[in-house]
Amino acid sequence: MYVELKDINKHFGDFHVANNVNFGIEQGSLVALLGPSGSGKTTILRMIAGLENPDSGDIIIDGKRVNNIAPAERGIGFVFQNYALFRYMTVYDNIAFGLELKKMPKDKIKERVNELLALTNLNGLEKRYPNQLSGGQRQRVAFARAIAPNPSLLLLDEPFAAIDAKVRQELRTWLRQMIYKVGITSIFVTHDQDEAVEVADRIIITNKGCIEQIGSPIEIYKTPETPFVTEFIGQSAVIEDYHRLNGFEKGDYKGAVIRPEFVEAFKSDNQKFKNVIDISEEGEITDILFRGNSLELTIDLNGVPITVHRSLERREVRVGEKMRVLIFKLFAFDDEKAYLLENSKLKERNINNEHLESYLYNENTNSFVI
Amino acid sequence: MAKGVRDKKKIGKAGVILIVISVLFVLLMLVLPLVSVIVNSLKEGFGFYFNSLSTKYVLSALGVTLLATVCAVLLNTFFGLVAGWLLTKFSFRGKQFLATLIDIPFSISPVIAGLAYIMTFGRLGWAAPIIDSINNTFGTDIQIVFAIPGVILATTFVTFPFVSREIIPVLNTQGRDEEEAAALMGAGGFRIFRKITFPHIKWATIYGVILCTARALGEFGAVAALSKTRGKTFTLPLEIDALYLAGSSDSITAAFAVSSLLVMIAIAVLVLRNFFERREL
Amino acid sequence: MDSDKKSRGKRVVPGFGLTLGITISMLSIIILIPLASVLGYSFQLKPGEFFDIMTDSTVLWAFFTSIVMALIAAVINVIFGTILAWVLVRYDFPGRRIMDGLIEIPFTLPTAVAGITLSKMYSTTGEIGGPLSALGIKVSYTHLGLIVALVFIGLPFVVRAIQPVLEKFDYQYEEAAYTLGANPRTTFFKVILPELRPAMITGFGLALARGIGEYGSVIYISGNSAKEHTQVVSYIIMQKLERLDYAGATSIALVMLLISFVLLLVINIVQIRQSRRTNNV
Repeated sequence: MYVELKDINKHFGDFHVANNVNFGIEQGSLVALLGPSGSGKTTILRMIAGLENPDSGDIIIDGKRVNNIAPAERGIGFVFQNYALFRYMTVYDNIAFGLELKKMPKDKIKERVNELLALTNLNGLEKRYPNQLSGGQRQRVAFARAIAPNPSLLLLDEPFAAIDAKVRQELRTWLRQMIYKVGITSIFVTHDQDEAVEVADRIIITNKGCIEQIGSPIEIYKTPETPFVTEFIGQSAVIEDYHRLNGFEKGDYKGAVIRPEFVEAFKSDNQKFKNVIDISEEGEITDILFRGNSLELTIDLNGVPITVHRSLERREVRVGEKMRVLIFKLFAFDDEKAYLLENSKLKERNINNEHLESYLYNENTNSFVI
Repeated sequence: MAKGVRDKKKIGKAGVILIVISVLFVLLMLVLPLVSVIVNSLKEGFGFYFNSLSTKYVLSALGVTLLATVCAVLLNTFFGLVAGWLLTKFSFRGKQFLATLIDIPFSISPVIAGLAYIMTFGRLGWAAPIIDSINNTFGTDIQIVFAIPGVILATTFVTFPFVSREIIPVLNTQGRDEEEAAALMGAGGFRIFRKITFPHIKWATIYGVILCTARALGEFGAVAALSKTRGKTFTLPLEIDALYLAGSSDSITAAFAVSSLLVMIAIAVLVLRNFFERREL
Repeated sequence: MDSDKKSRGKRVVPGFGLTLGITISMLSIIILIPLASVLGYSFQLKPGEFFDIMTDSTVLWAFFTSIVMALIAAVINVIFGTILAWVLVRYDFPGRRIMDGLIEIPFTLPTAVAGITLSKMYSTTGEIGGPLSALGIKVSYTHLGLIVALVFIGLPFVVRAIQPVLEKFDYQYEEAAYTLGANPRTTFFKVILPELRPAMITGFGLALARGIGEYGSVIYISGNSAKEHTQVVSYIIMQKLERLDYAGATSIALVMLLISFVLLLVINIVQIRQSRRTNNV
């Protein structure tokens, strides 16, 4: 493990911001610390940087305990949330700052800065001041400045928070590619699950100062381990009366989460579904939202509101219309853990997700079934 | 900026009335006194004007004033930079209280400042024996009250918050993330200040120095309590006071002549202020 | 480590100890210790002595004069200061920038110079006092003269307190009021004025604090007559100092310090509330 946190605890007054935090990060990985605001993720990042001291526990970087080592000596690069670019220095001077501190000779500095300008596509902007740059350019300068002295660990605090939604998408890809190109172990903090899923190859989910789950984006998505993660990841609605749904029996659970993609809703005359129509239930559409690339339906199913996505290519539906609804699976949870429950009726017939997918897709017309 | 664009175009009837009231008020209350000083100072002609500026009392007062001003400005600029850094780059308990203490000289009578030094260093002051023993031990003749050091201290007291007051708001809007970033990269305090913080407050500092200078040159009440020897420890405002109270028509004109010097400085400060304000935009 | 929520964690920027040390040392040496000496000396007085000094009719009248005249002047300044700030922010007219600069004349003009000029201008032979005396109005050497001087001194405090608030004022409030059918008058009194109130109180408080302690600009125009009750508190302190009546001077100074302290406290509370309110929006 390249970075290790062992039994880290930290309080702000009465507020327990880090509660026995333990995790390790492998060299070369790109890790997201994901959690809602106030979950302690930024504090963890700042403790690794040395901007905060833990009350107890060890922080180990490259096999060395760094608790008592000054931030500047830890070999880290830090990208601040608002970038904290030096406003009275040019792009060039911003990037060169850390190198000057290392007493690098002038020509070497020039070489390194030019290399970084080329890498980050900032050529020609070196004489500009930060306020003459766009949000995306500022982020690239902040990135270049942070990696200029060749740190072995890069920390980024909400790196996309200060950027317009439109540019953000591009920058996610850019940052991911850049970090792999440079080959630097990186940890970034975010509250946006899409961001974490797209950029990181490992995600650490924090909540109320505790680590909830660590895993790859797919693992986190497919097998959430705790009630918090089931709820936090994906578009999830919590329901308590899950056992009223056809195909699910009451167990020793407190509630369940159904994601839209776990549900199929179809009109009763839909031939594709004729062999499962008997195990589906009838519900009524109570709301339709246009989501840009699809519709989001809310269907009242025996008093349980269910959300489902519907392709725009399928037949039109309207509020009040009766639909047949089939739920393949859901995540049930008790106080500590989350469990995957599959629709028992579907299971009996040996129909799994893939079968259903093939029901839905018409290979001849290359489109979804109406 | 978008503000103002909308409304500044249309002035309207009420606007015209308000503008006229304002212009008259400013002319009558603020500009006329300046003009009056100049007119009064030239009542006896240029020859008299220059003669009254070159008496030995006036020249001595000019020297004392300049010395006190330079000392006060240096001390208060240093203080302003240090206190500005302290109050904006760190959070600590009692910060607001400390900021309030720094502003004390704004709200108390300058005469009380003079009194405070008399009660500290004067005949009855608790620090008088200390200074006496220093003088006895080292054979020096340090005097504070009714001497030049007293004048310098009083001037410093009255102008104490002038530079910090200009710097602190600028640093507050700047925040502290640039300094944190630099510190994280391993930069030392002095380098951070010189390369990162100071460029932000360069103009605010200069502006503060100018205001501080203007106020220091003109300080009257505090110095009046601490300076009693004309031709030795008198500053220009005290000299003006002495000439004016002498009461003869000639000496009153001389008082206005000396005043005209300070009026010109005041005008110069206003012009500079405007210049620096534009620089900041 | 303190519990201040803003100061999350440790201080990354270097120099906390050093700047705290310098700030507190300089503040103590120049401001706090001398003022403490005044307090220390006045506390040595017996309550009876203190009571006798304070109930002397000259002293009581001086407090009355200082406070009441400063109050009147501050009220006048709030009215004209608000108009001036409004005109400077809301209208564009030739000479606006110059007028904006001229507001600061009282800050940069030495008080003694202002004092002798105003005194001369408003005397029965002066540019303004002449015509007024023909109408039977005497200004110099009366309470009216005191008010004129205090209006002069206090004006920029009010204008400079209100101006920034007005500049930041969101036009949408006004537009919202207009669309709801309010006429400009109602909008001003119901929407804008309440928003300006904290700034007006701040400016009023600063002008009042300055006015109560004012010395240089008022002593010439007031005439300092005990019989006419035109003596101000600062003048009484100075008079007692000249007579080496330190007990008297410090007792009066103590009360003055108390008054300024309370004023400063009120201003600070108003300002903190104001920033809290605007931050929450």
